Amino acid sequence: MTVLFIALPVALVISILFVIAFVFCVRSGQFDDLETPPRRILFDDVPQRKNKS
Amino acid sequence: MNDQPLFKRATANAAVAEIDGVSCAHCGLPVPIGKIRRDKEEQFCCSGCGTAYQLIHDYGLDAYYDMERTLGSAVGEVAELGEYAELDSFEFVEQFSTNDPRGIKRIRFGIHGIHCIACVWLIEKLPQMLPGITEATVNWSTATLDLFWNPGEVKLSQVAQLLRRLGYRLTPIRFGEKQIQNTIETRNHLIRLGVAGAAAGNNMLIALGLYFGWFSGMEASYELMFRYASCFLGLVSLLWPGMVFFRSAWQALKMGTPHMDLPIALGLGAGGIGGLVNTIRGEGEIYFDSLGMLVFLLLIGRFIQFRQQLRSADAVELLYQLTPRKARRIVDGLPVETHADLLKVNDVVQVLAGELIPVDGSILSGQTAIDEAILTGESIPQQRAAGDEVAAGTLNLEGTITVRTTAVGAQTRVGQLSQMVEKAANEKPAIVQWANRIGGVFVVIVIGLALLTVMIWWHLGWLTALDRAIALLIVACPCALAMATPLAIAIALGRAAQRGMLIKSGDVLQRLHRPGTIWLDKTGTVTEGRMKLVAWHGPGELLHQAAAVQDHSAHPVAVAMKTAAVKQELETLDGVTENVSVDEAKRWIASDVQQTAHGGIQGVVAGRQILIGNRHFMDQAGVSFAAECEEVARDILDQELSPVYVAVDGHVAGVAAVGDPLRADSRQRVGELKQAGWRVGMLSGDHSEIVTRVANHLGLEPKLVHGGLLPEDKVAFLRSQTDTQTQVMVGDGVNDSAALAIAGVGVAVHGGSEISMQAASVYLNRPGLEPILDLLDLSRTTMATIRITLTVSLLYNASAVALAMLGIINPLIAAALMPFSSLTVVSLSWFRRSFREPTMGGSR
Repeated sequence: MTVLFIALPVALVISILFVIAFVFCVRSGQFDDLETPPRRILFDDVPQRKNKS
Repeated sequence: MNDQPLFKRATANAAVAEIDGVSCAHCGLPVPIGKIRRDKEEQFCCSGCGTAYQLIHDYGLDAYYDMERTLGSAVGEVAELGEYAELDSFEFVEQFSTNDPRGIKRIRFGIHGIHCIACVWLIEKLPQMLPGITEATVNWSTATLDLFWNPGEVKLSQVAQLLRRLGYRLTPIRFGEKQIQNTIETRNHLIRLGVAGAAAGNNMLIALGLYFGWFSGMEASYELMFRYASCFLGLVSLLWPGMVFFRSAWQALKMGTPHMDLPIALGLGAGGIGGLVNTIRGEGEIYFDSLGMLVFLLLIGRFIQFRQQLRSADAVELLYQLTPRKARRIVDGLPVETHADLLKVNDVVQVLAGELIPVDGSILSGQTAIDEAILTGESIPQQRAAGDEVAAGTLNLEGTITVRTTAVGAQTRVGQLSQMVEKAANEKPAIVQWANRIGGVFVVIVIGLALLTVMIWWHLGWLTALDRAIALLIVACPCALAMATPLAIAIALGRAAQRGMLIKSGDVLQRLHRPGTIWLDKTGTVTEGRMKLVAWHGPGELLHQAAAVQDHSAHPVAVAMKTAAVKQELETLDGVTENVSVDEAKRWIASDVQQTAHGGIQGVVAGRQILIGNRHFMDQAGVSFAAECEEVARDILDQELSPVYVAVDGHVAGVAAVGDPLRADSRQRVGELKQAGWRVGMLSGDHSEIVTRVANHLGLEPKLVHGGLLPEDKVAFLRSQTDTQTQVMVGDGVNDSAALAIAGVGVAVHGGSEISMQAASVYLNRPGLEPILDLLDLSRTTMATIRITLTVSLLYNASAVALAMLGIINPLIAAALMPFSSLTVVSLSWFRRSFREPTMGGSR
């Protein structure tokens, strides 16, 4: 079980990296608007249609 | 799917659509039979929809309709167009936009009329529609549009006009300090929450290992490492996100005010230091998993409350940002549209009938009637002519006037009133929230108990005694207690918003739970706030003809008549001798319309001369009165309404009763308020006699009714009310604003002025007094919820403290007790009802 002496610090370092990433995301404004972006992916790139009338 | 003809769209108004079978290709509403064009595939209900459809079609964006059909609701009505020339002025661009490094400019607009995600899609296609726009980003939740554009290639007025034709309205937003502050604050909350969550989660895993080791044995070296890891994570949590509690506790100590953060900081501090010492020492209990969890849960409560308050405040702010603020400045004899903020003293401004006057000034030419209700509370318009003073924010009703500016912005009467509002708001005594008051007592008790614990266990050595005391401080830390209030308040604010009550501060709920005095404003609060045709004596046809004469007048009487004529309210009116269908009525067109001072107007309809006006005007015109007319007029006056005469070819043929009627339910609601134990009074700027009459009708106590008050008087009056009961002010006008700000609770009613919405702590989105009863209800139930949750969480704390004093607490029990008590509090807050009755037609 001596692997724990390496595994635990590694796990902690990974979680620190994620915390840093999270802080960066928040500061860059990714969490400012939680309503529009998730729906924006619903927009398809519709090919331009021919005039009908 | 795309091949289906567009005009077959389902409509909400299915019954009508079935009859004629055709709905508008743009908005989906039924197309009037007269407008159906057999030769066209697409049918439109109005030319506005036609234009919008054509635009969308020409840009090749028809996908909008598919998307809107699958994802959203009906698109908005397309309303009248504007010039928006004021958006192009150099000063405007300078003031409202910022420069982007790419050599383009950036501006933020409030955007009105977004119904669904399809609208977002369409608006974000702006760069495709207008060259010169690099980027358009819509934030749906705040209803704002961020626009990057090149001023050399495209003008903002072009953007605004295009969006207007598509059915959206733009309003400039000053991207000010406050917005930036709020964004930063939200982000900080989130970061704290995220860090605390990560620390608490990881710490729990480590603690799990320690607990298992505790039962089944664990090698000392592993245990030591786990303890150090737990200590590290705990300290991160305490020193970064947890710092807010220490800071706020320090503030509370400095100010000498009790605060819930005091016992929290005490627990966190004692636990942190004790744990650190024990970790280094290599023996004794550490509580870092509990401490981390504590910080995390507390921050969740804070964050929820912060968000909810911010959302309510934002919603109110957006509402008043929707008022257009443009003005017409005379430059070289010609009117030029500009933004009202850009006017200077001595500018000459033109104000058309029906517009708000943008500045304080004196009239240079023209005469008109001005509705000053917003400043004075008086419901009857005032006559003003050249040389007279006019005030910003008042409404020009009759004629075009030119005004020489004497004051702008903060120097105007309205501006001064809003400064008074600010002053009054600062004067308002803060109340110490319940939970915080408990906080002070709590600290004293907990410290006392901790000392007692030390003394009890002293015989086992000072180290053990100190360990037990620290354990007590930690388990006594009022996590659930501190979460109970913010959570209950946040839930209450959210539910209130769904019912159209925007509450800007949680204090309101605490102030309202015990009856006090409610002061009502008259105009717009208990009355409808606008002139209405209450009764019509004469042939129905004549009312329609009279409405045709008044087609272009913005006088309140004219508006009342037109509304009554168009809305088919006729059948419900008293004394109508003969009815006419609306379709028939629309054919009347008046010619030779002449408007004279004092509300008189004349014109020719169907070859007959029609005069409309008051007695004075009729006498001057030499019109003859029949005896029964006099009788009718007396009746009308007895009902506290004004008679308006309509004469045909020199004889009075119809009499309208016009007035600002009480809301139908005002009397009943006042009764209900009294029943709930509140004293109801009235503070109004209108003439005392009118106020007294209205108050009598509502059944108010005469000694609580005060009329003829200036805005300053209202503030002075409320300040003089020194009894401890809550003073609630309900109003809508600018003249009420300062009073709204200084009152214990200020409630701005539906349709109120910008400043009143800013000043009040509650804004009601529904008309009438009924929401106030809901509000009182909400306050009572919320306070009851808080009381119950506080009791429950105190019980948890008490039992934990008892265990600690007996010396049988250990980290495992502490870790289990805390989330359990928090969970109880959360579910209690969530599942208790907030209102007595379910929502009627609400969104839930």
